Amino acid sequence: MLELRNISFSADTENGTKGILKNVNLTVDERFVAITGPNGGGKSTLAKVIAGILTPTEGQILLDGEDITNLSITERARRGVSFAFQQPVRFKGITVKDLITLAAGKKIGVSEACEYLSEVGLCARDYINREVNASLSGGELKRIEIATVLARGTKLSLFDEPEAGIDLWSFNNLIKVFENLYAKKGGSIFIISHQERILNIADKIVVVANGEISRTGTKDEVLPALLGKANAACPTLSDKVI
Amino acid sequence: MIDEIQKNLLREIADLHAVPEGAYNIRANGEKAGRATTENIDIVTKEDKQGIDIIIKPFTKNESVHIPVIISESGLKEVVYNDFHIGEGANVVIIAGCGIHNCGTQTAEHSGIHTFYIGKNANVRYVEKHYGDGDGTGENIMNPTTEIYMEEGSRMEMETTQIKGVSSTVRNTTAKLAAGANLVVKEKIMTHGTQLAETNFVVDLDGDGSGTNLISRSVAKDRSHQIFRSNIRGNAKCHGHTECDAIIMDEATVAAIPEITANSIEASLIHEAAIGKIAGEQIIKLMTLGLDEKEAEEQIISGFLK
Ligand SMILES: Nc1ncnc2c1ncn2[C@@H]1O[C@H](COP(=O)(O)OP(=O)(O)OP(=O)(O)O)[C@@H](O)[C@H]1O
Ligand SMILES: [Mg+2]
Repeated sequence: MLELRNISFSADTENGTKGILKNVNLTVDERFVAITGPNGGGKSTLAKVIAGILTPTEGQILLDGEDITNLSITERARRGVSFAFQQPVRFKGITVKDLITLAAGKKIGVSEACEYLSEVGLCARDYINREVNASLSGGELKRIEIATVLARGTKLSLFDEPEAGIDLWSFNNLIKVFENLYAKKGGSIFIISHQERILNIADKIVVVANGEISRTGTKDEVLPALLGKANAACPTLSDKVI
Repeated sequence: MIDEIQKNLLREIADLHAVPEGAYNIRANGEKAGRATTENIDIVTKEDKQGIDIIIKPFTKNESVHIPVIISESGLKEVVYNDFHIGEGANVVIIAGCGIHNCGTQTAEHSGIHTFYIGKNANVRYVEKHYGDGDGTGENIMNPTTEIYMEEGSRMEMETTQIKGVSSTVRNTTAKLAAGANLVVKEKIMTHGTQLAETNFVVDLDGDGSGTNLISRSVAKDRSHQIFRSNIRGNAKCHGHTECDAIIMDEATVAAIPEITANSIEASLIHEAAIGKIAGEQIIKLMTLGLDEKEAEEQIISGFLK
């Protein structure tokens, strides 16, 4: 179970301190939790605060009752937090196999590494020895990023816009990927997403806007309002597009 | 004749666990410590100065020559001239390397001057590893000079590695390429402490269709200093590319000075150089996989130099 208590995060900018997360309270024990909301709302920041990449200016984070607020990224990772970045990192010289092996935290055979890759729809043989560098396409990098989280198989997995850059054909498989991960490891899976189809599998939807949680609830509670609002929000823009 | 320390040096520089197969010449503390020749590869001691001639018959196929040099005596200084005569159409692997174990207070120094005469359409892979250790305070110095003359259609791939224990090195490499010849150099360097590593390449692309690719990857730690200089001169219709990619850490300093000169309208030359510290996001990503900061750094460096 993950609990966020009064989490605030602010960053120093040219124009002084900017509040990016403001007094966020959230308790999560559900299987699939979707975090959604407008661009710049604070979703990625929230995920980074949970993973320990950013330190909150105020508040506490509890994982299964333990206060992890002051733990490093590494310590949180070792306690079972995983994070698939919105923008995957590239490495010169580190191969896909190396990265998956590091993620698994133990020596794994080629066949096991391949399993994670085929789960995300990559034909493993073609990729296993390639470097995780700029020669991989955006979608390929994104899938490898997801595979690293699968290889870790921890109790709390955070995926930051996993569907971005993934083609439509693979999109349905992505949902299966999350279901399989849950079936194997249990715990909670956080998915930051703008996609209705992902919101549809969520047990809980959290809407983050302007650095605050503006709404939480089941999909039946949240989705209709969210979709209705999105359509109503920008009439002039859609007029122009048409 | 070869003791444990020397065996260890041989393992480090040439991955040799036993006497190598094929032709070899082992030089230990300035003396010949072993030699074998084959029907196609002859090794002859020079009479006028220190060193050997390695003569490879035309059309020799898939043979190798090992010529490691090891020094385990503090204070030994030597200059050695090795000439490689590689016959037309031969296809060989040459494994050189220098290992110094210095447990004394005096400087141990090896300067290897290697000259390659590569015949028409011959294909050479040259692997050279430099390594130093020892618990003394004496410095380990290695100054390799390599001169390469490549005839029409010949190819050479040169891989040099220096990861540990060399206090100071100045590496000078020059090459002249005839038509259709191709030279690839892959250099890997890591420096620690107050070590100095300097590399200078001058490549003349003299013949039409010649080409070269110089790739240097290096990591400078602590207060070490590295200089990379490359000069590719395109004197004909040719392709040249030089790339220096360095990671700096701690208080190390690195200078990359690539130079390209086109003396022909048909020359196509590119240089690239990048120096920077390890990207913070790379460390963060590996930390989210459960590595601590130091482990993350090591993985990034060993991948980079792989
Ligand atoms: N270090 C920083 N300095 C200044 N502003 C920042 C900093 N980090 C994030 N922000 C701002 O905080 C806001 C929230 O960013 P965040 O990346 O969390 O948004 P998001 O909800 O993930 O958006 P998206 O849907 O576009 O991915 C943005 O306006 C962003 O510009
Ligand atoms: Mg985001």
